[in-house]
Amino acid sequence: MARPIRILVAKAGLDGHDRGAKVIAGALRDAGCEVIYTGLHQTPEQVVEAAIQEDVDGIGLSVLSGAHMTLFPRIKELLVKEGADDIVLFGGGTIPPEDVKPLLAAGVAGVFTPGTPMATIVDFVRRECGKRVGA
Amino acid sequence: MDDKVKKTKTNGHPPNGKAKDSSRGLSGEALWNAQFESTPKRPGAIDRTISDHPLKPLYGPEDLAGIDHDRDLGYPGEYPYTRGIHPTMYRGRLWTMRQFAGFGTAQQTNERFHFLLAQGQTGLSVAFDMPALMGYDSDHPRALGEVGKCGVAIATLQDMQDLMSGIDLGRISTSMTINCTAPVALALYIVTAESQGVPQDKLSGTLQADMLKEYIAQKEWIYPPEPSMRIITDMMSYCARHVPKWNTISISGYHIREAGSTAAQELAFTLAVGFAYVEAGIAAGMDVDEFAPRLSFFFNAHSDFFEEIAKYRAARRIWARHMRERYKAKNPRSWTMRFHTQTAGCSATAQQAQNNIMRVAFQALGAVLGGTQSLHTNSLDEVLALPTEENAQIALRTQQIIAYETGAANVIDPLGGSYFVEKLTSEMEAAAEEYFERIAEFGGVIPAIHAGFFQKEIADASYRYQREIENGERIIVGVNDFVQEEAESISLLNIDRAVELEQCRRVQAFRASRDGEAAQRALERLTDAARGDDNLMPHYLNCVRSKATLGEISEALVPVFGRYREPAVI
Repeated sequence: MARPIRILVAKAGLDGHDRGAKVIAGALRDAGCEVIYTGLHQTPEQVVEAAIQEDVDGIGLSVLSGAHMTLFPRIKELLVKEGADDIVLFGGGTIPPEDVKPLLAAGVAGVFTPGTPMATIVDFVRRECGKRVGA
Repeated sequence: MDDKVKKTKTNGHPPNGKAKDSSRGLSGEALWNAQFESTPKRPGAIDRTISDHPLKPLYGPEDLAGIDHDRDLGYPGEYPYTRGIHPTMYRGRLWTMRQFAGFGTAQQTNERFHFLLAQGQTGLSVAFDMPALMGYDSDHPRALGEVGKCGVAIATLQDMQDLMSGIDLGRISTSMTINCTAPVALALYIVTAESQGVPQDKLSGTLQADMLKEYIAQKEWIYPPEPSMRIITDMMSYCARHVPKWNTISISGYHIREAGSTAAQELAFTLAVGFAYVEAGIAAGMDVDEFAPRLSFFFNAHSDFFEEIAKYRAARRIWARHMRERYKAKNPRSWTMRFHTQTAGCSATAQQAQNNIMRVAFQALGAVLGGTQSLHTNSLDEVLALPTEENAQIALRTQQIIAYETGAANVIDPLGGSYFVEKLTSEMEAAAEEYFERIAEFGGVIPAIHAGFFQKEIADASYRYQREIENGERIIVGVNDFVQEEAESISLLNIDRAVELEQCRRVQAFRASRDGEAAQRALERLTDAARGDDNLMPHYLNCVRSKATLGEISEALVPVFGRYREPAVI
């Protein structure tokens, strides 16, 4: 049997809103994933370091402070730099619709805006992060 | 109450029995009961509040049993203040319409303040950006991407002076939603007022400065809880003597609710935190009546209309009872709970965002019927960004419609005496008392924070709620039912990256133009004072007068107080 998918649920920047991150962590865990939570106020460097150390299949980043256009691309850039680009970067938060496309273009694999059902995110994780488990 | 519901269900009627059979010889409540039980119910009808509190389908005179008018309700302006804190309530004066605003640079927010005042807003409320809230200057590496994003960027005295430019601080009251850096914000405000020629004893306003709820819910901190409590008691004591019209703490349930708590948890945790500040003030050697009259509260206005109204009424009663009976306060002003309310950001939906106008209106009406002293109505677009001017105006107009058109302000506590509302008020009070006992078992609020108690309770409640939405038990219009393809996109406020560059330049210019050694000396004196037991507030003021920045002042205390790290609970 394949090993469970490992996901790092991350909060980066100064934003302390962790309701969404915790709900997603719970949903992914109930769906059989191994979930590691970074805790709050991490720098992009700390997030990427934790992702590599924990050998996760995906990073789910939650940003509700408006800093998403800085934090997502920065984490993606660090993943590439560390040769860990196979880790799937996805996330959500208070992200206006017009920012979704630029984030996807910057290499974020999935962007989930407010109101997204948990099931949609679980399906995404199974599909996209599951590839790395199978590989 | 649960038992009562069960009893009615096991009255011996067959579930699908015909009403006329089962009602033979019955009258009054029993007849209604029989008819209710035997009639099919709407699928999806809900017998619990949004907070999972059980509800009967009907309340009656028996629900008032045990409620004593004089003991439990009294008259408005009279202990235990269940019906309101003023004898006149909105016949005397309306609530303060106080819209929270802040974005970009100080000048940009100053323009918004002038706009809101011109629209009839009656008080100011400052939203700070994340770096200011967390104790970093705008040009700190950790501030990257966050400057001016979810509030106004304030790092220097110049920023505060620009923010309040053209606004007479002797006449307006200002609320500042800021916590771990609250003493810095207060010092900046006092010194800004001085530069306008307004002495500190003429200032009126509110600081949030509720650090305990930060560890519980909002998660903005620098130092651990214990030194944070010292900073707060120093501010309470300083303001009691020198800034007597200032509300030193706004004890906030808002963020606890936004983090996903139930209404009862919001009520219980907020009041428990309030009592913790009272105990800290007493332990610091103050008389309870010296500081308690300046404590104020801040609640969430969520969607479950009656539950919210019961929550506000219960909150006043609990506070009055504990302040008089447990803490032996003698001044009636120490017994009265004054509170601000904001509509629930977490209830807003990105889907069909225009619907948020209606959600906000109902929530705001609940707050008014619950007797709030001031109110912020959210804008329809806040689920995605800071509000545009147009949307902020609709939100303010919503309050004006409630005040002037609905009649809600004409009669005091119009729901007082309602079988349902009185029963629910008593049940909310009982639920809070149960939580107080559980918190006491941990040894108080701070030990319960260290044990992760609140955090776990809130996370569990928010997960339950989310699952109810996911499995369709709870309908959220436009999200899991009545869904439509989004045709129109709403225009949003965009904070340009240029704001960050401009603000960093301003902060650097401010540092370059000051006497750097004087600032350094003031910072050292603050650090030294923290090692002893001097009141820190005069030292904060000295730092601001010497042009030390918000980030520098915050950092100066880290060597003494340390930095807080949260036990990560999921």
